[in-house]
Amino acid sequence: MNEELIVAGFGGQGVLSMGMTLAYAGMVEDKYVAWIPSYGPEMRGGTANCTVIVSDTNVSSPIISSYDTAIVLNQPSLEKFEPKVKPGGILIYESNNVLNPPTRKDIDIYAIPAAIEAAKLGNKKTMNMIILGAFLAKRPLVSVKSIMEGLSKVLPERNHHLLPVNKKALKHGMELIK
Amino acid sequence: METTREGIVCNNLDQMDVVFDRTEVLHDTPTSYCPGCSHSVVHRLIMEVIDELGILENTIGVAPVGCSVFAYHFMNVDMQQAAHGRATAVATGIKRVLPDKIVFSYQGDGDLAAIGTAETIHTINRGENIVMIFINNGIYGMTGGQMAPTTLEGDVTSTTPHGRDVHIQGHAIKITEMIAIMDGAYYVTRQAVNSAKTVRKCKKAIKQAFQYQIDGKGGTSYVEVVSNCPSGWKMTPIEANKKIDEEVLGYYPLGDLKTPPKGA
Amino acid sequence: MGKKLLMKGNEALAEAAIRAGVKGYFGYPITPQSELLEYMATNLDSRGGVFVQAESEVAAINMVYGASGTGVRVMTSTSSPGFSLMQEGISYMACAELPCLLVNVVRGGPGLGTIQPSQGDYFQAVKGGGHGDYKLIVLAPNSVQEMADFVYLGFDLTDKYRNPVLILTDGALGQMMESVEFPEYNPEEHLVDHSSWTTVGRENGREQHYITSLHLLSEKMEEINIHLQDKYKTIQKNETRFESIMTEDADILIVAFGLSSRSSQKALELAREQGLKVGILRPITLFPFPSDELKRLANSVKGILVVEMNAGQMVEDVRLSVGSNIPVDFYGRMGGMIPQPDEIVQKIKDLSKQVKI
Repeated sequence: MNEELIVAGFGGQGVLSMGMTLAYAGMVEDKYVAWIPSYGPEMRGGTANCTVIVSDTNVSSPIISSYDTAIVLNQPSLEKFEPKVKPGGILIYESNNVLNPPTRKDIDIYAIPAAIEAAKLGNKKTMNMIILGAFLAKRPLVSVKSIMEGLSKVLPERNHHLLPVNKKALKHGMELIK
Repeated sequence: METTREGIVCNNLDQMDVVFDRTEVLHDTPTSYCPGCSHSVVHRLIMEVIDELGILENTIGVAPVGCSVFAYHFMNVDMQQAAHGRATAVATGIKRVLPDKIVFSYQGDGDLAAIGTAETIHTINRGENIVMIFINNGIYGMTGGQMAPTTLEGDVTSTTPHGRDVHIQGHAIKITEMIAIMDGAYYVTRQAVNSAKTVRKCKKAIKQAFQYQIDGKGGTSYVEVVSNCPSGWKMTPIEANKKIDEEVLGYYPLGDLKTPPKGA
Repeated sequence: MGKKLLMKGNEALAEAAIRAGVKGYFGYPITPQSELLEYMATNLDSRGGVFVQAESEVAAINMVYGASGTGVRVMTSTSSPGFSLMQEGISYMACAELPCLLVNVVRGGPGLGTIQPSQGDYFQAVKGGGHGDYKLIVLAPNSVQEMADFVYLGFDLTDKYRNPVLILTDGALGQMMESVEFPEYNPEEHLVDHSSWTTVGRENGREQHYITSLHLLSEKMEEINIHLQDKYKTIQKNETRFESIMTEDADILIVAFGLSSRSSQKALELAREQGLKVGILRPITLFPFPSDELKRLANSVKGILVVEMNAGQMVEDVRLSVGSNIPVDFYGRMGGMIPQPDEIVQKIKDLSKQVKI
């Protein structure tokens, strides 16, 4: 197994932490992992993306030109990364933030209205966990248990009371895609 | 019958009381300073203080670029030669990893008040518990007599051939006054060594500064010594010392600018 | 080996330095290395060292100079513009033979440039950088694990040779996270006795020690230079390090260090899938440079492709090593751009055609 993934969106949408949580979970399961961020010019509101690689073998390069999966949370990211998904790969997008949906026919495309679903759960910030859940339903790289262990590393201790709602969001995302 | 250097005839030198001697903390070597230069005097005062306080085994000096760059040839203490302007950064590095040691810097006006202004201000702002000795002779002696940040208005140097014009070259900087208002400064004083009286007072101030560091009560101790540069000023030593009294001290008056709070 | 941790490269550098017994860290904030500085600010004081945020990179390197003169393990870290500012102090340290560990997390230039990764500081890292004839020992990690490993190696080398050691890395390796294991390392077993030259006060009335890089007599200054050059020759002989990947049957040899060697590794996989015999020589020490190994490989490969994140700097050392008997091609991206594996594959194909493979 070697999954090369890009997560992209606006800063503040939880892009970097989603990727980091996945990387932690991979490490918990003794896989080789890499997480590499790229920021837009502003810390919040600009574009942010990160590449995550989870692999059974040593990661040759964290720098990659095409992806097995792209998770995009806004329109500019969709436009940038839709062409870079490998044929047969997966594109998951947050449908509340995308006006012009993707058009490729040679990849699997999933629209997840995660922003609205997160609001329904009572915490808009769990949007990224809903998306991550949806991704894991399609690509079960790591267990929910490992994700939660990873999230407990990524979330500062003062926010650990939010772990249960995030777990709920993760599972909700998994069901949404079925 | 022997004759001393002073020409006093005496019968037996061995039986006389020694009233003055070179401290062992000075190397037994001629200095390379020009005749009459204040550097030699201040070197001696610092080394005597180190001797008298019994801190030779704990003391590290820092001398940056300037006439005193070879200070380690004369001061027989462990020393580091620093890049121009960086003496107090180097001293900070030493003091922070060895806080129980005694650290002093010995800097000229170009070093402390021009190229090293940032280091000077920030070292004192951090309140580094070190002693800074500032030799202010209003000229760049080592490089051949160019304008210093402390060159007085009207003074002729090789880069102010028509005299320092404050509208063009700026004012003689009052860096010691600036330092005195800083919270990190513990003891700030301006001294001179152009007469027996000022030499005695200057030594007292230097000793006080080192004592404050030993006590470790916090803050930087800073001693400016208004100095001469007979060669750079193109004067005899006597004329140079007179200029200090007649011109320099009017602009840079002697005395304590900041003393520790009473009871500290 | 200890437990596996997921860390940013910058954090791994800092953690390794603390474990290696660093006693003084002096630095100034600059992106993209600030995580290292912040890690030290948070952790060093409680783990046996001192952290000072200097007023500038100029002050920071001179604090390193002062602290190094007492014989303890000291370091600083910065990124390219800050490294430029430090050059004077580094030159002084090289001449005075003061040990220290330097980290340059390179960003794109020239000028204020960008905060994105680059290898544009190769020249100022391996050719001295400041005034005069001197060399740093330059280590170029290409993973978060090596960021940690080379801190230990770097401290050991700087103590052994009394020569500043530089870890030359870049913004992407500094910011990326990979798993890392910190080896068992007891600094006490690695410390070198520097007491014959350190300035700590004339303990027990011993003779004076002083540290200087000033020698006005030309004869004396030349003597010092000859000594330094001899030392660099010894380092060249003993400390050259490199990694070879599938070089033995290779027609095309990629030469790349640091992050661009990772992109190149991916390119190698892609090219091999297409039947192209590609190998990689990765210099791990940039000084000393693995010239002999390159010379040896030049006899068996048909073409060399140098991949860098700059306008072509290491390629000059490659050409000096192999001479003019073999085509040496170059592919570089600049200003914070990273060579992509598919771009490298294209260059491999172009070169293959040129040398008629």
